[in-house]
Amino acid sequence: MNKKSARILVFSTEKISDPAIDMAGLLKLHYPPTVYTISVPCSSGIKPRWILHAYEKGFDGVFIAADGSDCTYGESCTEKTGHVVGVTHQMMKDKNIDPARLRMAAICSVCSESFVKQIRSFNQYLLESTKS
Amino acid sequence: MNKKLGVYICHCGGNISDYVDVEKVREAVRDEEGVCLAKTTMFACSDASQKEMIEDIRQNNLDGMVVASCSPKLHLVTFRAVSERAELNKYNYVHANIREQVSWAHSDDKAGATEKAIGIVKSAIAKVRLAEALNPIKIHSEKAVAVIGGGVAGLRAAIELSNMGSPVTLIEREHFVGGRVSQWDVMFTTNQTGKELVTRLYNDLISRDNVTLLTGAEVISNTGSIGDFTLKVKITPRYIRARCDEGYLQKAIDVCPVVVPDEFNFNITNRKAIYHNFPSEYPQYPVIDIKNCTRCGECEKVCGIIDFSQKEEIVEIRVGSVLMATGFDPYTPYPGEFGYHQFEEVITLPQFKRLTELNYKKLIYKGKEIKNIAYIYCVGSRQIEGEVHTVASADDLSKDTGSNQIEGENRYCSRYCCTSVIHTSIDAKRKFGNISNFHFTRGIRTYGKQELLYAESLRLGDIYLQSYENDPPLVYRENGRTHVKINDILTGRREISVTADLVVLVTGMVPRADNSVATLFKLPKGRDNFFNEIHMKLRPVETVIDGITICGACQGPKNITESMNSALSAATKTFSYVSKGEIELEPIIAEVDKELCKWCGECQKACPFDAVKMETSEGKEIAVINNSVCKGCGMCLPVCPVNAIDLIAFSDNEIESMINALVS
Repeated sequence: MNKKSARILVFSTEKISDPAIDMAGLLKLHYPPTVYTISVPCSSGIKPRWILHAYEKGFDGVFIAADGSDCTYGESCTEKTGHVVGVTHQMMKDKNIDPARLRMAAICSVCSESFVKQIRSFNQYLLESTKS
Repeated sequence: MNKKLGVYICHCGGNISDYVDVEKVREAVRDEEGVCLAKTTMFACSDASQKEMIEDIRQNNLDGMVVASCSPKLHLVTFRAVSERAELNKYNYVHANIREQVSWAHSDDKAGATEKAIGIVKSAIAKVRLAEALNPIKIHSEKAVAVIGGGVAGLRAAIELSNMGSPVTLIEREHFVGGRVSQWDVMFTTNQTGKELVTRLYNDLISRDNVTLLTGAEVISNTGSIGDFTLKVKITPRYIRARCDEGYLQKAIDVCPVVVPDEFNFNITNRKAIYHNFPSEYPQYPVIDIKNCTRCGECEKVCGIIDFSQKEEIVEIRVGSVLMATGFDPYTPYPGEFGYHQFEEVITLPQFKRLTELNYKKLIYKGKEIKNIAYIYCVGSRQIEGEVHTVASADDLSKDTGSNQIEGENRYCSRYCCTSVIHTSIDAKRKFGNISNFHFTRGIRTYGKQELLYAESLRLGDIYLQSYENDPPLVYRENGRTHVKINDILTGRREISVTADLVVLVTGMVPRADNSVATLFKLPKGRDNFFNEIHMKLRPVETVIDGITICGACQGPKNITESMNSALSAATKTFSYVSKGEIELEPIIAEVDKELCKWCGECQKACPFDAVKMETSEGKEIAVINNSVCKGCGMCLPVCPVNAIDLIAFSDNEIESMINALVS
């Protein structure tokens, strides 16, 4: 990959991580403009096939900005989102896709700095991993 | 797929167009499939732009619209309303966020921001192409409300709902209403007492025909959903007939052999198993504490109003909405935390507040007159991450050094304690005279008008010392006296020690220890373990459980004014659920493909709201979604082994076409 920034698809959540990503913009916390967001109600409702579709279409990485323990739909969200990631990792391995191209982190509604830090680090990883 | 779409790209003054070439975005999307109109606009949310959109929709017979502007948190509802005014189904509107997530986030890269904006608008167009006209789900709503919790927030909310014309059932677990405020004496800023405030609210409440007050009442089950909740309430009797003779009652109290700590006074005094209400507690009828009563029968011998034949009662009520105002508990320090339960001179702020009210000319505690008082702030609040503490053992408790080595998880500020302790310390000084107050703080947070109180305290000569969170004050015994030592950062970390007759731990608020009601209603909690609202600013009293609102200190530390304000807000929101007798719900729910479904039960296991049921259809077992219970979280989606479930507006087709558009 000979480019400045990787193409990353972020699955964010309407009530929790979306506000944090919005606030990152408000605070002018910059991250690569090749990071695109699709918002869903809850991170535990993301289908593995959507993630695989993103790779097929050319995304370098997928980042799940999970609700974590703040999820308004209940405490089981963290575990269920983890399960989605686990299942997807296995499917990625089966398709010879580096599982590290899928990352998840709990992003609370005020975790703007954390989001930007995670994305920059993920971008760095994706750029380096494809170089090598 | 032959939709006619209108696309509007907003300059937002210059907030967007200073960094995103909006004209280039318009050029890039105007030839997208279905787009018959693409415009830029200076302010999409202005009246003029909204009118223009309505005209465009009508003149061009548009059947889909995209506005690329600020965050949907701000204007999704605005543009949905525009669609509706133009007779376009509001679910055929899709919002694209190109301000917070594009122009502001990438103000350092204009070309990159413009490219990203093009992708996001194309993605919104892809979504609106597949969007279906949906109708909000309409369901019947009982025109009645239950308020759970009879503290000041619950009382205020019940009165407001009654004013609005809704029948209200106020359910209070204790035998008296008034909550924590009934335990307080004079309050800042009004100088009225807790008793006066509770009396006013109670008298107002019971004068209303449409309010039912249940005390000693606990919700034990909840079924149904928004518009139609059925609550089972267990009512514990008082075991005393309402008409009682005070003389005989006092005799019954006198002969009762059971002595237990009095929770009303935070255990600094005792009471009997049969006890009278405090003047600030309502209804003003005595009660027998049946959990501690030994049924020795002594009270029955001297008082004819005792009636042990009274039985627990289960009542069922049906309401359209539930308002939670279950309040807080004061933080209880661990044994050994700043000498608590280790040295008898160490008490908490709520205990101190009761102590100052119960004493008259002199401040006496444990038989000793109090002159020097040390207040240690932020006990149980603002605890820092990574603090490694040790709880004092029984052996430690006999030692002469106070242990403050306690594990603490409460990161939040309890907000009310600085003001409350300064107010109480000033009151103590004025009431008893000759009192010296020493405040061991971590910085004072008497925000707003409460700052006046801090200034008054300084004027009266109170001493303020301050330490960092990782270097708290130490409480220790020396020469038979209790001392508090601090490395005071206000005097260059000088070690200062104060001999204290009384050490008051300024404890904050924590969630109710018994929060079983939260489990019954499946109420989500935040990181602080208080009930969680959907959004702190935009939807501050709503929970993700439709039809259930929260207010007061059950959702986080609040002072009385803040609790009352949130009670009014929650009452208004709650009333909106029941006022019309019918409510509309977002139609974003799961739907099952009957052909694909082979009923394995995984979706039912994944659903936290019991919205999935198994039914037999045409001889085949399939999953069926209860539309009024489904919250649209989508947890059932990824667990389906045959991909038979989709979420409306988030179907595979919609998500995958959005992904395609982003990379096109």
